[in-house]
Amino acid sequence: MKCRKCGTGAVIELRRHNAAFCAPDFLEFFRNQVREAIRKHRMFTRDERVLVAVSGGKDSLGLWDVLIEEGYQTSGLYLDLGIYDYSVESKAKCEAFAAAREVPLIVTGVADEVGAPVPVIKEVTRRPPCSGCGLSKRYLMNRVALEHGFPVVATGHNLDDEAATLFGSVMHWQTEALPRQSPALASTHPKLVRRVKPLYRLSEREAAAYAFLRRIDYIVEECPFAKGATSIMYKEILSRMEDASPGAKHNFLFGFLDKARAAFERAEAVSLQECVRCGQVTTGTVCAFCKLSDQVKRAT
Amino acid sequence: MRVVLRNPRREVEVAGGRRVRDVLKELDVIPETVLVIRGDTLITADQVVADEDTIELRPVMSGG
Repeated sequence: MKCRKCGTGAVIELRRHNAAFCAPDFLEFFRNQVREAIRKHRMFTRDERVLVAVSGGKDSLGLWDVLIEEGYQTSGLYLDLGIYDYSVESKAKCEAFAAAREVPLIVTGVADEVGAPVPVIKEVTRRPPCSGCGLSKRYLMNRVALEHGFPVVATGHNLDDEAATLFGSVMHWQTEALPRQSPALASTHPKLVRRVKPLYRLSEREAAAYAFLRRIDYIVEECPFAKGATSIMYKEILSRMEDASPGAKHNFLFGFLDKARAAFERAEAVSLQECVRCGQVTTGTVCAFCKLSDQVKRAT
Repeated sequence: MRVVLRNPRREVEVAGGRRVRDVLKELDVIPETVLVIRGDTLITADQVVADEDTIELRPVMSGG
């Protein structure tokens, strides 16, 4: 297989683009997709400080690498979930990445904020571990960004993540979730920072290839709680469809964004207020994070 | 040839002298879900792997 651009030996085939690339041309393709995402959704400018949420995995460290190379003003945010050796190792990867590139990394412990680490939250709530973990991450990303004066948080969500989330929402017709699914969520309240996903045009495999070819030392091991997660099941289903029909995932997600999302946005308008306890933004009186924190404190 | 699989890390022996896509098919691995690594580079599904080769099939999916 030959590189579509230069004709030398290819290292990766992208069937949905009917293309294959050598390493340098693939890296440029990847960066171009990130540039296009940032431009199209006006995610951030070079004058803004961007907080990049990093987990130690291929997606978030790859994203941070591209943004540093592109000259953006970035800091990393690592949320320590307290998931045994997995968190110890992933934190070490983030710290090594930041140190090698001389960029700042903020570390916040979920246990310090919620009252217990993710494994205990899982036991206390008797809900799937990804539920309390995701809630805590979204809350803390926003709060840390506000506290440190960042107008925008960038996450490493890729095309597969977004397609799987959309698939899950549609399977359950969670119409209230659909308007919130976007590559760029504007700040709709003074205490909500912008949230952007510059990798949404790139597949999980492309993100892994970028991290590998850039020699980024990322954590290959899976989170021990991800086994059996519904998001993984949806990804496997979508990957089988992609294998049979290249471009299926892209068409599913981009069709929604281009044609359907706006209709749900009109139908699902919500009013935002500040949590009476912590002051962060919520649709109720007490936010979900404070409720979770109460539940953990009562049980521990 | 030797194939290194991850999560958990393990190794299997399969016949070489054929294309990567045939090895993936035998192991029931969807090409979209892995990087195929030989030495310090990635290889495409049409490449032929030899009996003495070692390749790693590194999963790309993460959940949560």
